[in-house]
Amino acid sequence: MTLELYRIDDRLIHGQVVVGWGQPLDIAFIVLVDDTVATSDWEQELYRMGVPPEMDLYFHTTDDAIKQIPRYRADPRRGLLLTGDIDTMRKLVDGGAGITSVNVGGIHFRAGRTQRLRYVFLTPDEETALRELDARGAGVTAQDVPGARPITLSDMLAGDELE
Amino acid sequence: MSSDAPASTTPTTARAIVAGHGDFAAGLVSAVDQITGRGAQLIPVSVAKLSVEDIEALLRSRMQETNVRVIFTDLQAGSCTMASRRILRGMDDAVLIAGTNLPTLLDFVFADSRTPPDAARHAAERGRAAITVHGAGA
Repeated sequence: MTLELYRIDDRLIHGQVVVGWGQPLDIAFIVLVDDTVATSDWEQELYRMGVPPEMDLYFHTTDDAIKQIPRYRADPRRGLLLTGDIDTMRKLVDGGAGITSVNVGGIHFRAGRTQRLRYVFLTPDEETALRELDARGAGVTAQDVPGARPITLSDMLAGDELE
Repeated sequence: MSSDAPASTTPTTARAIVAGHGDFAAGLVSAVDQITGRGAQLIPVSVAKLSVEDIEALLRSRMQETNVRVIFTDLQAGSCTMASRRILRGMDDAVLIAGTNLPTLLDFVFADSRTPPDAARHAAERGRAAITVHGAGA
């Protein structure tokens, strides 16, 4: 199969990812790319306990993930790649990982961020980074759960979809 | 009330936090209160729109304000569970119950002779046993 979804979600492993996307897409493994988590046994154990036993969870630093992504794409099972921030996803794209679509699943409030969607808050620098990702061919859409309508980057940044 | 009336034994002090997706916490606490009148033992916490860091800060703050050492959450993979597990890392006297259902909380609010952590463990077993299947050849 392949990596079905490349998702930016600052909650990393949580219900929407494991259940919301994992079940309908029949996800058998998750590739979690995070420099902090990849070097912490405690963090890895925390996230491992959040996935069902039949689902594999792999941890990589950003640099390592760029090398490993082709192997995951060749895996006969369906997988999902997850980063906790835009910068990490941008490094994967810049590193030639061949990512052609990026799902923005959740970037929550923090000082300096402006709300763009119910589940997306961005700083001006993060908006620029998303535009750059999109311009490089990694089409950016926002969609928190599979049943929701994908929202284009331009609609997201316009804030027109705010409820 | 006459002087012969028994004093109320319904505890009104908060003994646990309930947190989860959407209106999970408010819904369950509302149900507990409707059934038992003991909903005041439970503090519902809504975490919509919050980052994991903010969820952790909110739960930690609620625990400190109320001196509560028990957290009930909905989903093993949920953000509230993840945040709670981070909190428990530095809090040896606290207990987290993930996968909470209504029978769990009903047992907890009536187990007021036990310490809250002990009551939570007992309630978890009761909640686990309360799931049954009926019909369609079950």
